[in-house]
Amino acid sequence: MTTAPSDAVTASAAEAVPFPLILGLDTFGDVTHDTNDRPLSHAQTIRNVVEQGVLADQVGADFFGIGEHHTDDFPMPAADVVLATIAARTDRIRLGSAVTVLSSDDPVRVFQRYSTLNAVSGGRAEVILGRGSSIDSFPLFGYDLADYEDLFEEKTSLFAELLKGGPVTWQGKTRASLHEQDVVPHTESGPFPAWVGVGGSPQSVIRAARYGFSLMLAIIGGSPARFAPFSQLFRQALERFGRAPLPVGVHSPGHVAVTDEKAREEFWPRYLEVIGRYSTIRGFAIPTKQSFLREIGPQGALYVGSPETVAQKIAANLTALGANRFDLKYGMGGLSHEALMTTIELYGTQVIPRVRELLT
Amino acid sequence: MTMTSAPDRFPAPPRIAVLGAGHVGPVIARVAIEAGYQVSIAASGDPAEIELIAQVLAPGAGPRWAADAAREADLVVLAIPLHKFAALDPTLVAGKIVVDVMNYWPPTDGVQEMFEDRRYGSSEIVQRRLARSAVVKTLNHLGYHELDDQRRAAGSPDRRALGVAGDDPRAVDVAAELVDRVGYDAVRFGSLSAGRLLEPGGPVFGVPLRRADFELAVHAQAA
Repeated sequence: MTTAPSDAVTASAAEAVPFPLILGLDTFGDVTHDTNDRPLSHAQTIRNVVEQGVLADQVGADFFGIGEHHTDDFPMPAADVVLATIAARTDRIRLGSAVTVLSSDDPVRVFQRYSTLNAVSGGRAEVILGRGSSIDSFPLFGYDLADYEDLFEEKTSLFAELLKGGPVTWQGKTRASLHEQDVVPHTESGPFPAWVGVGGSPQSVIRAARYGFSLMLAIIGGSPARFAPFSQLFRQALERFGRAPLPVGVHSPGHVAVTDEKAREEFWPRYLEVIGRYSTIRGFAIPTKQSFLREIGPQGALYVGSPETVAQKIAANLTALGANRFDLKYGMGGLSHEALMTTIELYGTQVIPRVRELLT
Repeated sequence: MTMTSAPDRFPAPPRIAVLGAGHVGPVIARVAIEAGYQVSIAASGDPAEIELIAQVLAPGAGPRWAADAAREADLVVLAIPLHKFAALDPTLVAGKIVVDVMNYWPPTDGVQEMFEDRRYGSSEIVQRRLARSAVVKTLNHLGYHELDDQRRAAGSPDRRALGVAGDDPRAVDVAAELVDRVGYDAVRFGSLSAGRLLEPGGPVFGVPLRRADFELAVHAQAA
């Protein structure tokens, strides 16, 4: 499967291309609590994420992704370092960012770090490029949010050039120009997979298609089915740009436990606490039990429940969205490391086989 | 504040131009078309760039240059990123009803000096700059991801209410009719300053409320 920038080819996006089904896990390094419900240190949280990644490999997940964040409750600014540690202890699972905040980073450095990860992992690296819903990296690195669109557009174009391999010539306003620049380390066997994460902007969908990146739909609230036109837009845009079809994936939050009741009981209070806190900061409505139940139901964006419940919902939404990849963003600040390990184990040993069964 | 009043009559229903083809614009274009309006859509540049977006996400909305879309419309929906508002030429929308669906939301979009004067709501600041338009604030306080799904026919017991605030009563009427025809109960406010109740952090922002609960929530806040 080629998910990196494709060469211009004549292809009809109307042809259904059977991309392999990918079922992965994502984390933002949400701070976990100990048995006395006290937050663990950042260092211990990070070490736990390494253990979670290793378990994800052992139980059969296809992908383990870490989303860049810069806050006290998500201490995950250097995902590639953590992924490299997981790489050293695994030999099968694919490892990537989910997402890399490219707008406030240097595309050359992002390429170098993930190309290095690709080297140490034996070709298992991926990147998902995007902004994410957090804006912390902009003031931290001296960027103005008002420039977000221009930054992302330019840096995406440079990243697409870097991925092609070979000397890079590039000119823009947001970083120094490059002329016939050799950027190392070279990849061993062509570009590593690169996706663009999209939260709801159709222009981002078009951009992904223009540069030949695969599309990752971040669906974190409301009805997943409303994103179906985005898949269609992506396929038509690829066709218009003369590119071969590329895969579409879905990233959504959730929590798996032995029963629906247990999953809900574990997840709801943490969800209320974390989302409620961000609601207050950002001025949107604090979740209610009613809104939560809607989100975990068939019309909502959360995958919370028993392995069967979660598998049914994943299969239904992949079909509705014409997508071939699902990454479950597990964890929620305050849950225990043990509860997250259980989610990962159930996801790998029960949800994944069940989704495969439902979709064949 | 001086402003040109909205025209008394429209060829019913009024023609709508949606400025903005990002998260919000295409959704508004689609639900307006489904409500029977004639709609055009424009981004900041060449309509060719948004042709596919219009075709797939808002079938029936004609992609136009912003100036052409606005000139041919009676009502202009402003669905551009707020930080691009300062670059909008006010003459484009002079004499039009302008529905402002934008929000000033610093924790998500960053601080903007132009909107930092907390004596005024963001739509009042928009009105000051668009002195020859009749600005109405509405459709800003429900998520773009909810706008489509939560539409209900008039009289449905679970129909959601949306605030419609403006200084020009005829403009408020036209915007309220749009809201109602799209599928929401319009709760009218006779001043743009009351639009502050609809802003992020306010009592109805992002909260699905039926009319009675909506009125209760804004009264409690205003009291």
